[in-house]
Amino acid sequence: MRLRGLIRKEFLQVLRDPSSIAIAFLMPVLLLLLFGYGVSLDAEHVPVALVAEQPNADTESFAGAFRQSRYLSPVGMPGMREAVAAMNNRRVDAIIRLKEDFSRRMRSPDGAAIQVIVNGIDANNARLVQGYVEGVWSKWLQSEALAGGRPLDIPVQVEERVWFNSELKSRNFIVPGLIAIIMTLIGALLTAMVMAREWERGTMEALMVTPVTIREVIVGKLIPYYILGMGGMALSVVMAVGLFGVPLKGSLWVLFLASSLFLLTALGMGMLISVVARNQFVAGQAAIIVTFLPAFILSGFLFDISSMPAPVQVITHAVAARYFIAILQTLFLAGDVWPVILPNAAALILMAGFFLGLARKKSRKSLD
Amino acid sequence: MAKRIFSLMIKEFLAILLDKKSRVVVFVPPIIQVLVFGYAATFDLKNITYAIYNEDSSALSRELEAGFKGSTHFQEVARIRRHDQIAPMIDRRDALLVLHIGPEFSRDLTTGRPAVVQVIVDGRNSNTALLALNYVKTVITAFNNDFAARNGRAGPPARLETRAWFNPNLESRWFIVPGIVGLLLLVVTILVTALSVAREREQGTFDQLLVTPFRPVEILIGKALPGFIIGIAEATVIILITVFWFRVPLQGSVATLYAGVVLFLFSSVGVGLMISSLSVTQQQGLLGAFLFVVPAIILSGFTTPIANMPHLIRQITYLNPMRYFMIIIRGIFLEGTPFSMLLGQFWPLAAIGLFNMVLAGWMFRRRLY
Repeated sequence: MRLRGLIRKEFLQVLRDPSSIAIAFLMPVLLLLLFGYGVSLDAEHVPVALVAEQPNADTESFAGAFRQSRYLSPVGMPGMREAVAAMNNRRVDAIIRLKEDFSRRMRSPDGAAIQVIVNGIDANNARLVQGYVEGVWSKWLQSEALAGGRPLDIPVQVEERVWFNSELKSRNFIVPGLIAIIMTLIGALLTAMVMAREWERGTMEALMVTPVTIREVIVGKLIPYYILGMGGMALSVVMAVGLFGVPLKGSLWVLFLASSLFLLTALGMGMLISVVARNQFVAGQAAIIVTFLPAFILSGFLFDISSMPAPVQVITHAVAARYFIAILQTLFLAGDVWPVILPNAAALILMAGFFLGLARKKSRKSLD
Repeated sequence: MAKRIFSLMIKEFLAILLDKKSRVVVFVPPIIQVLVFGYAATFDLKNITYAIYNEDSSALSRELEAGFKGSTHFQEVARIRRHDQIAPMIDRRDALLVLHIGPEFSRDLTTGRPAVVQVIVDGRNSNTALLALNYVKTVITAFNNDFAARNGRAGPPARLETRAWFNPNLESRWFIVPGIVGLLLLVVTILVTALSVAREREQGTFDQLLVTPFRPVEILIGKALPGFIIGIAEATVIILITVFWFRVPLQGSVATLYAGVVLFLFSSVGVGLMISSLSVTQQQGLLGAFLFVVPAIILSGFTTPIANMPHLIRQITYLNPMRYFMIIIRGIFLEGTPFSMLLGQFWPLAAIGLFNMVLAGWMFRRRLY
């Protein structure tokens, strides 16, 4: 009965102060639109300088292979000097140089060397460009061999099978990750800021001198924000599938349960922050520092966790988003793979219990 | 005037630093974060986990396997005996990829037919999958070249010789760590300034400040300086860590670097004060700070290239001070870009800062709630 009253009070507060509704519904839409379109690791039409020092039929056929590529767009340059200048000005990301003896060497037993220079500043992009150039090169070799009527003598060929994301679209893994990041923000912001304000204004202590128990206060806060947060989550999933065309292979009820667990963890984290911080400046600072930034960098959203040094890998276990992102990427792209979902869900249960329990303990202590 | 501004600045510093918790959250996390994120934020694949399904136990297929075993990029986690073991291996993320060498491998190879190695890769993270496939091809190409040379078979008529400029070993840490400098500076300065006016508005002391002889310009400068000074101090510490701990080469001049830092702080303090002058409560200030900081980081080219963004979003990034700072700091660190070539990045930062400062000063008096 008391709990119902608390929940009602909280809902009224939410309705009167539109900022919570804005956090829960406007933020996911805005951020997902901006990031879903903006964050992509797929390079297309990367400009590359193509220098043929002695243009002839061979260099022309090589250039032709580049023009057909979706990933690279070649810019013909008369010499290396122009190409280097273009590279320094960022007009091209790579230089491909066919030396003047290219044709002659091609017909020698050793073969010709094609010089490829990539701009290494963005190492990831450089590696992708390198891969694209290799792709064009091997296609060109095949078509050359076909045109010459001799079989292409490649001892071992690689046949690639990419599972779950056969087109290798980075959006398919970035959008589920973004959902986790956005939910982290929403969960932490809703509770961290809203509750820190109550502490700062003293209304929390006023609430605590009434007969309601701390457990009731916490549950009374959790339920409305949980409902708000799940609304935002549903909106995000609809946008991911409807707008960005990310497949959802897993079942909805698993998604619902996993999201609930994660949201409880995020809300618990926010509560703990607000209880410990007691003022909005510290709570806001802490919310960005311990929720958003780790969720962005330490969660496997973009950066592969298994490539991190061991001590940093240990730290990533404390980042709740890590578990949620593993579940989301699997649920969206692969389906209900229990060996992935169950351990990660168990970790979320532990974390939710830990944060909520600690928030409760800290709130009690503070009244002494 | 200078004295009045100075006393206002001292008061602002006290508001931030008097509380022990505030002191801690302003100074400690950025330093911890640059260390942790510096190690974590890398696109380089170190341990590509793979399982081998070799149906052809010949010397040749073992030689191919040895190429993967000998590579520092690969780590064998399992050997598979049956076809139906492949799917669980990938599904459970036990291995990122499975190498399947068919029973005809050595026969094809010795009879001159192309031998096929099937590579099944987990595409859940497409970037990792793509890079892993490139590494696989590198190992196989090395095997091919070796095999062709030994058996007197003609190699391909042309081969690629690839080099990378500015970052010869393609370490993505060199790219990311200077970016983290910008990321942390932005977070700290925006948070420090975004609440400065809002806090006083909420407590009602801003009205008192407005009726004192202070002119809005003086209030503005007094509010801007603490964020600026804290930013310079943190920038120095983080840059020292970048250079001496992470050993990212600093090719350009320190003076140009600081010119960039100062302009970037000017623009982000400006944005912070603008957010603050628009907010009546601290909560609105924080919300505004979040709504600016999060997109500013994600759409800055910090992790994913701006060139990959659609046209409209690319246009939006021109309003983002982080965008310019990323180009400045990476250029100075890795390429040694001189001051004159960075002017095109410097002036937008100055313009963003100036515009927001003027707007904030104007809002001080206009926005009475």
